Amino acid sequence: MTANGIAQISLYLVTLVLVAVPLAAWLERVGDGRAGPLERAFGPLERAFYRLLGTAADAEQDWRGYAAAVLVFSAFSVLAVFALQELQGALPLNPQGFGAVAADSALNTAVSFVTNTNWQGYGGESTLSYLTQMLGLAVQNFLSAAVGLAVMLALFRGFSRRETATLGNFWVDLTRATLYVLLPLAFVLALALAAQGVVQTFAPYVTATLLEPTVDSASGQPLTGQVIALGPVASQLAIKHLGTNGGGFFNANASHPYENPTALTDFLLVLAQTALPAACALLFGRVTGDRRQGWAILAAMLIVLAVALFAAYAAESAGNPRIAALGVDQQAGDASPGGNLEGKEVRFGIARSALFAVTTTATSCGAVNGMHDSFTPLGGLVPLALMQFSETILGGVGAGMYGMLVFVIVAVFVAGLMVGRTPEYLGKKIEPFEMKMAAIVVLLMPAVVLLPTAVAAVTPAALASLSNPGAHGFAQVLYAFTSMGNNNGSAFAGLNANTPFYNLLGAAVMLLGRFGTIVPVLAIAGSLAAKKTVPAGPGTLPTHTPLFVGFLIGTVVIVGALTFFPVLALGPLVEQLQLAAH
Amino acid sequence: MLRTWLCACRPAIVALAGLTLLTGLVYPLAVTALAQLLFPHQAGGSLIVVQEHVRGSQLLGQAFTDPGHFWSRPSATAPFPYNAAASGGSNLAPSNPALAAAVAARVQALRDADPGNPRPIPVDLVTASASGLDPHISPAAADYQVERVARARGLAPQQLQALVAAHTEPRVLGVLGEARVNVLALNLALDGLQP
Repeated sequence: MTANGIAQISLYLVTLVLVAVPLAAWLERVGDGRAGPLERAFGPLERAFYRLLGTAADAEQDWRGYAAAVLVFSAFSVLAVFALQELQGALPLNPQGFGAVAADSALNTAVSFVTNTNWQGYGGESTLSYLTQMLGLAVQNFLSAAVGLAVMLALFRGFSRRETATLGNFWVDLTRATLYVLLPLAFVLALALAAQGVVQTFAPYVTATLLEPTVDSASGQPLTGQVIALGPVASQLAIKHLGTNGGGFFNANASHPYENPTALTDFLLVLAQTALPAACALLFGRVTGDRRQGWAILAAMLIVLAVALFAAYAAESAGNPRIAALGVDQQAGDASPGGNLEGKEVRFGIARSALFAVTTTATSCGAVNGMHDSFTPLGGLVPLALMQFSETILGGVGAGMYGMLVFVIVAVFVAGLMVGRTPEYLGKKIEPFEMKMAAIVVLLMPAVVLLPTAVAAVTPAALASLSNPGAHGFAQVLYAFTSMGNNNGSAFAGLNANTPFYNLLGAAVMLLGRFGTIVPVLAIAGSLAAKKTVPAGPGTLPTHTPLFVGFLIGTVVIVGALTFFPVLALGPLVEQLQLAAH
Repeated sequence: MLRTWLCACRPAIVALAGLTLLTGLVYPLAVTALAQLLFPHQAGGSLIVVQEHVRGSQLLGQAFTDPGHFWSRPSATAPFPYNAAASGGSNLAPSNPALAAAVAARVQALRDADPGNPRPIPVDLVTASASGLDPHISPAAADYQVERVARARGLAPQQLQALVAAHTEPRVLGVLGEARVNVLALNLALDGLQP
């Protein structure tokens, strides 16, 4: 660890808070219909759009109607992305002439992008046409994030409303989140990225004449040209991070110099992938009329995030003892990034790689600027653990906050049991129905992660995909299903996941992980909205205090650790011991 | 209940179509138009054009094995290194014996090319990058190679050290990222030197 590395991490944390505050204020204004100049510019278009949809801005839905809208919309989205991949050979904007994608891979990709997971079994630049990337994947980068925001807003309304059956209008929430939040932010970020060198073009791939010919190991022929993949990357990249999607235009994702050319773009991308989730926490305080509640939740998230950042940074800085033994200098300094540099880029070094890995898994982004598969065992354990905290440490856009509120409900319930009182949160009594729904959310995730991991561990077709031996091979499978079950999308990418086994089982896991949370969350929202608000009494547990922040962190960490410690012991922990013993 | 679901079909299809048009067509086209207008060089791939021939990109590395060139980092792309149409890393775990073997072979190749150099090798020179396209090496890795390149080209090491220094970029704003040397730019400048 160097002073510069610590400075970079600290600078990020401070900037995140500084960005989240005004962003939360903007989100509140969008929710209230006060989006200023944007509202004046796009308002007429927006109202015309609602007429076309056959709805009105004030037509409200109950939780079942809201959930049905989410599910039907998502189903059509899956169909559309699937169809685009199958038909791309006959569609325009396909300068490389890519044909139809294999059905199992296309289904996996369609589900993956619609569930905000963006797990990728394919390599973008060698599989998908520009049109598929734009009309299929980039669109879902916006819409899956907007769906997350919509569900979160519905849950917020469950807390802020009283004695009503309705939670708002999904179509309005979806449209406004896209139009007034995601699009303007993405537009500005895309241009900033393009200025720094992120490509944005529809030109076909370019062939450069190499300075030195190289040899094609497949054909044995000398090669004098370098075919350079291009594309409309900046526009897709901006929303990929802002919407915590993470699916790269190129196979190497944000380690590719065309996706992340400088340390400045890296700083912006890391900020972009965490800004909205942090703002959502603060928005909760604003919407429920007590800003301290939002700050308390954000504090819990940031404390865990900061611990994870320094843990991963320390682990990667330590380097690889087996490489040190070969007379290689892994010492970090101003002239060398040092550390465990396999699978990392020189321009980012160790601190930015750790920063990226931690923020991309704390949120459900899943983009990478370095290969997690080549991280040290403890450095790779941190991203795994962050996902296994149910993506509540910031989490996905909207999704992180509704996931965290489920854990808040569990926390106040446990606290209520301790003192023998009916638990309540923000004046709403937490009763058996809410607890049942919360229990479904908390228990479903480990089930969809651990059961497929166990199945894969005894299935020869699944084990044939491993690229690393021993404990790390097991960790590759665990990481894959942890990532898909929590809709993250990052990978221990050596695993060959583009097989029918991982594509089909993975699609099911991603669907359950996403909608198995959304439906119970909307049920909780509907139930809370129907309740009276009880005034706080002397026996009410205050939920804005440091004590509660600690209690909430404890709930998240203990639930995650109790569930996953045994399986982590079999993977990264064993690998670390083996590496140290070498 | 069924009615609720059927009722959602029309808005779902219309919303998907409308928002696809907006975010999938209008948005990327607008960004492309503006980016091409404001930053044509960057948006087009930061290509290096010498006498009307594209020689590479400022942002993408190339493989070098000639002792008279500075060498880039190892690249794990298939089927040849620095394949800019199929990016990716080795994804070898630190515990994988294949990684230690690959690093040992790279150490040996560097030692063989420069037998008189006893210094420890900077780690970036023997580890594959994440993208397989990393255009940079660390200043330490460039410094490590100065003697070899100078010998192969019959140049004074001081002249090369000055060239490396001129091609060393500091941390962005003095804080972000790492100091680095663009290998392709350095080698192009090297080829342009008069001996």
